[in-house]
Amino acid sequence: FPPGKASMRECEYSQISTRSSTPMETPYKKRTPKRKKWEAFPGRNKFYCDGRIMMAKQTGVFYLTLVLILVTCGLFFTFDCPFLAQELTPIIPVLGGALFLFVLGTLLRTSFSDPGVLPRATPDEAADLERQIDVANGTTGYRPPPRTKEVVINGQTVKLKYCFTCKIFRPPRASHCSLCDNCVERFDHHCPWVGNCVGRRNYRFFYMFILSLSFLTIFIFAFVITHIILKYFKPAGCKWAVVVCFFSVWSIVGLSGFHTYLISSNQTTNEDIKGSWSSKRGKDNYNPYSSGNIFTNCCMALCGPLPPSLIDRRGFIEADAPQMAPPTNGITMYGATHSQQSHMAAATPLLQQQSSEPVIITSSPENGTSLPARASLTLGGPCTSLPLGQPTPPTSTPSLTLHHYLTPEEVPSPPGMLHCGSPLGHSHTVQASFYNPASQDSLHEDSVRGLVKLSSV
Amino acid sequence: MATEFHNLQEMQHTASLVTKVFIQRDYSEGTVCRFQTKFPTELDNRIERALLEQTVKTLNSYYVEAEKVGGQSYLEGCLACATAYIVFLCMETRYEKVLKKISGYIQEQNEKIYAPRGLLLTDPIERGMRVLEISVFEDRGSSGSSPSSSMSSCSTAR
Repeated sequence: FPPGKASMRECEYSQISTRSSTPMETPYKKRTPKRKKWEAFPGRNKFYCDGRIMMAKQTGVFYLTLVLILVTCGLFFTFDCPFLAQELTPIIPVLGGALFLFVLGTLLRTSFSDPGVLPRATPDEAADLERQIDVANGTTGYRPPPRTKEVVINGQTVKLKYCFTCKIFRPPRASHCSLCDNCVERFDHHCPWVGNCVGRRNYRFFYMFILSLSFLTIFIFAFVITHIILKYFKPAGCKWAVVVCFFSVWSIVGLSGFHTYLISSNQTTNEDIKGSWSSKRGKDNYNPYSSGNIFTNCCMALCGPLPPSLIDRRGFIEADAPQMAPPTNGITMYGATHSQQSHMAAATPLLQQQSSEPVIITSSPENGTSLPARASLTLGGPCTSLPLGQPTPPTSTPSLTLHHYLTPEEVPSPPGMLHCGSPLGHSHTVQASFYNPASQDSLHEDSVRGLVKLSSV
Repeated sequence: MATEFHNLQEMQHTASLVTKVFIQRDYSEGTVCRFQTKFPTELDNRIERALLEQTVKTLNSYYVEAEKVGGQSYLEGCLACATAYIVFLCMETRYEKVLKKISGYIQEQNEKIYAPRGLLLTDPIERGMRVLEISVFEDRGSSGSSPSSSMSSCSTAR
């Protein structure tokens, strides 16, 4: 190969290490184009701008919010501000403008950012956890009861629940959003008005949004009334602005007040609604996360450090991910061909495992009848909370037949997730049914593959 | 140990991944990021307890520093709020700075301590801060026979 071509090759397939020895991996690499991680994200989110923007699936109400704010402010600036700037002071439109920009900025920040999604467990982690749970329960056969772990935080016993979709024990205060199908850290609620979940990473933006919006609506309301009184007749635009503001004031100011209370007591909406830390539950029940001081709680929530996103949306999917050598069949996977910057740069592990797109070794089962039997188990009832992959893994040694790229999107979440920790927000839309009968066939196939995937780990 | 892995490159060529050990999060102090210092039994004959405990303790102290609510974080928070959070587009948050320090530390630990023992730490941020993953390697060349026997030889004391 001429040198130019060789370097071109290197650029195009930069992820292949030249020292790769396994012939199986190279042909696959050439065929699959490089994809970014957000394209294979397992949750029900929408991404824009190449993964920079992340929103929930249903965004209709968010556009309504935008329209309401833009139209009301537009009318205010067009019809009221010229008069008020003249009669009173030009500071009014300037202040209004600043408030409006702040509201818009915080709204977009809330809507577009990652609320604190916890990435799903890698297959190795999930297998390790399953093993530990089996050991703890002393059973490997039937389905164990809902898995919980208890931990004592600041003297208060907190139960950590196991999330069947994400295959992790949820950290305290985390919850699984059924609309977005993600576990979110410090989950507050899913807000349709901003088209996103509100969690650890965007709660402060959400709070600043509703707080500034309260000020803006009161501001507009007050000055429109002033305009009307001063002018003594009603310009057409005013009526609409008054009506919107009047209703907004009560709801938004009320909401701001509620969240101010939540912040000062370091609670999430979820916890408040469930009464997790209410003294009605028990005399000794208290909030272990609160510092006891209102000022400290406020500072922690609003001025505390902003954690980074745990889902690397714009990183490239590393398709080569080696699996552990399963002890029963004696097959070892040799990986470590990619991931290479020559100096093993910052934190790149030797063998990189992707939580979003693992390479799965699907095995042809020795016993042909075992697969269909297992598949029928998961589809036994529409709303049973059977987790995926709960039957026992095959004891026969599977033969390595093919590499199969399975994105977690193809593996359906079990219906049990609907009942796990979906909170009631101030405006929460509930999903009526999880399984669409029309897609049963594809689901059946997917669940079969999913079962095989889990059993081969 | 029958063979020494002198650097990560060498291990890449000759080693095969045997198992992964996961150190889970310790939530006894709340939601702050902390890993359990309990020593996993699978690593009993691979690495000295003190070394692993030291690594985990240092990592925990880094995370405490990242999540510390103090003067600097307040300043950062207020400045960000005043600029409607636009400043985050230009500035790196304190948390991100500490994460970079952590990844440098993990790399250094891997090179100095873990790779020579056939182990590899994975930065927790790559696993969503859920676990500290330790990959355990077995030298292919040293076992010389089928991998099933390598599993048994792994468990015997070296």
